[in-house]
Amino acid sequence: MPIEKFITLTSTCVPLPIENVDTDQITPARFLKATTREGFGSKLFYDWRYDPAGNPKPDFVLNNPTYSGKVLVAGKNFGSGSSREHAAWSITDYGFRAVVSSFFADIFKSNALNNGLLPVQVSEKFLARIFDVVESNASTELEINLQDQVITILETGEKEGFEIGAYKKNCLLNGFDDIDYLLSKKSEIEAWEKANA
Amino acid sequence: MTPKTIIDKIWDQHVVEAIDKDTSVFYIDRHFIHEVTSPQAFTGLNKRGKKVARPHKTVATADHNVPTINQHLTIQEELSRVQVNTLAKNCAEHGIELYGLNHPYNGIVHVIGPELGITQPGMTIVCGDSHTSTHGAFGAIAFGIGTSEVEMVLASQCLILSKPKRMRINIEGTLQQGVKSKDIVLYIISQISASGATGYFVEFAGSAIRSLSMEARMTICNMSIEMGARGGLIAPDETTFDYIKGREMAPKGHEWDKALAYWKSLPSDPGAEFDKELHFKAEDIEPMITYGTNPGMGLGISGSIPVLDHIDESSRKSFLKSLEYMGFNPGEPMLGKTVDYVFIGSCTNGRIEDLRAFAGFVKGKKKADNVTAWIVPGSKQVEAQAEKEGLRQILEEAGFELRQPGCSACLAMNEDKIPTGKYAVSTSNRNFEGRQGPGARTMLASPITAAAAAITGKITDPRTLL
Ligand code: SF4
Repeated sequence: MPIEKFITLTSTCVPLPIENVDTDQITPARFLKATTREGFGSKLFYDWRYDPAGNPKPDFVLNNPTYSGKVLVAGKNFGSGSSREHAAWSITDYGFRAVVSSFFADIFKSNALNNGLLPVQVSEKFLARIFDVVESNASTELEINLQDQVITILETGEKEGFEIGAYKKNCLLNGFDDIDYLLSKKSEIEAWEKANA
Repeated sequence: MTPKTIIDKIWDQHVVEAIDKDTSVFYIDRHFIHEVTSPQAFTGLNKRGKKVARPHKTVATADHNVPTINQHLTIQEELSRVQVNTLAKNCAEHGIELYGLNHPYNGIVHVIGPELGITQPGMTIVCGDSHTSTHGAFGAIAFGIGTSEVEMVLASQCLILSKPKRMRINIEGTLQQGVKSKDIVLYIISQISASGATGYFVEFAGSAIRSLSMEARMTICNMSIEMGARGGLIAPDETTFDYIKGREMAPKGHEWDKALAYWKSLPSDPGAEFDKELHFKAEDIEPMITYGTNPGMGLGISGSIPVLDHIDESSRKSFLKSLEYMGFNPGEPMLGKTVDYVFIGSCTNGRIEDLRAFAGFVKGKKKADNVTAWIVPGSKQVEAQAEKEGLRQILEEAGFELRQPGCSACLAMNEDKIPTGKYAVSTSNRNFEGRQGPGARTMLASPITAAAAAITGKITDPRTLL
């Protein structure tokens, strides 16, 4: 199934200046009982977002109408912990297309990319700048240009480059998915098996 | 020939085709699946009209969701039951071996792979579960994957991967009495942080590691993901071969000799270069306990929670948020803190040696009245063995009950949830907010540190009770 193409994204963002946001916070385990991929947006950051009675907690950023947009900006070491892809599904289903942080956990990064969600790793300094600028002006837009691998704070013009592997970049720009690629490699895989039997 | 690390040897062997300089099609020897992270992968496969490419290379178990009492009854909770039944249906349709609930081989996926002899040196092993790193204890490249990747392996027996960097962590020397392999790994994580090995695959080496049993080695590799590593491994040696020999699915006869020759070629060559190398002394390690909400927030049990001055300025907000969740203050000692729950189990410390250590410690003592304890074997075979060795009786005499196998309170997807605000000493691997139930407060420790807490009802140095 093709993933949604990602070329350039210009959007306001939602700041979450917390470090070590693990996948148990992104999607708590008790919501992993579904057998489909849909509908996880309502579970995103559930225990930070709602009190035990299910009422929105007004001090959590997703409940603050000042902030919205398709980019989530979070503190370092985002997505650590469990391999649950439900974390990436929650974030995309909620409406985000990119997550910006100064550091991502490995499995989360691959899960994100497999769902057309772009992890943008920036320096600590640049991340701190985004938090500062957004704090003073919530309507600040970020521009993420995948082709050039550059993220820009539009209000101030500050920019920084980011890394992404050539293969995954190509997949995102074109909406390709890994399974189609792997299925096309049937004979190479069989040859490997024969050689290593 | 340039000397190679064990990581390079196994990795390079499994590259089917290089796509570009850092990405390749990578072959997977063994694939484990369970009920929680596989249903969407089968749905994806079915939508494409594809069958599982190599059904005999995938093994399934039901573990994350299952109850730990009355397993002979149908699962009461509807969503869990649907997930477990969906797994059975998918396995039947695609010809995959399933060790479901009540099967004598059922158990936590990372406990049953090794005990059945499925996990072997030199293999590449994946599962939709981050603690797949456990299998690395046998000298395998084993790591957790997401559901899209589960679908890729089902469809093609391959993944598209970039090679991680290589790190070697050496632990030399002799452990103090009362210090377990869980303490070694909690100590390393406390030193390098919960993201200290992100981007790396780690080899654990050194005399302290060599002296460990296979089960103790599994505890260390299990938690390599908690330092951010993609996975961790330990070079196979006689301890490894002795453990595997004779197990249900281990190679036999001529196959065994052939396998053994290959396994012996795996250890890192002298002079092989790692991208990063770290050294620790076994003598420096005390029984460990965590005080915060990630596994890097740990300290020697006689120590105190850091004061704010010792925390990086940029991390203070997260540090305080974490302490607030735990109901602790900077600078407080851990000894003497009240404990409400004790959980022994999980793929970190739910094997027979862990139950033996716990039972040996509580034998002739009594559980503290203020403590609720859940003792959950990692598998049916562990449960049967505990029965055979008389551990159940020792536990019962001390006021404990042995439950039935599953992930249980490690992630609290079943009924085994620590209530809001309560303190648990847990032998599992994650102390994240809400990991053991909404609002639960987790302190990670070894089985004997947990035993000391269960007996005294508070955080206690196990060495004082040995
Ligand atoms: S015991 Fe815990 S860590 Fe291990 S597989 Fe189960 S949920 Fe995952």
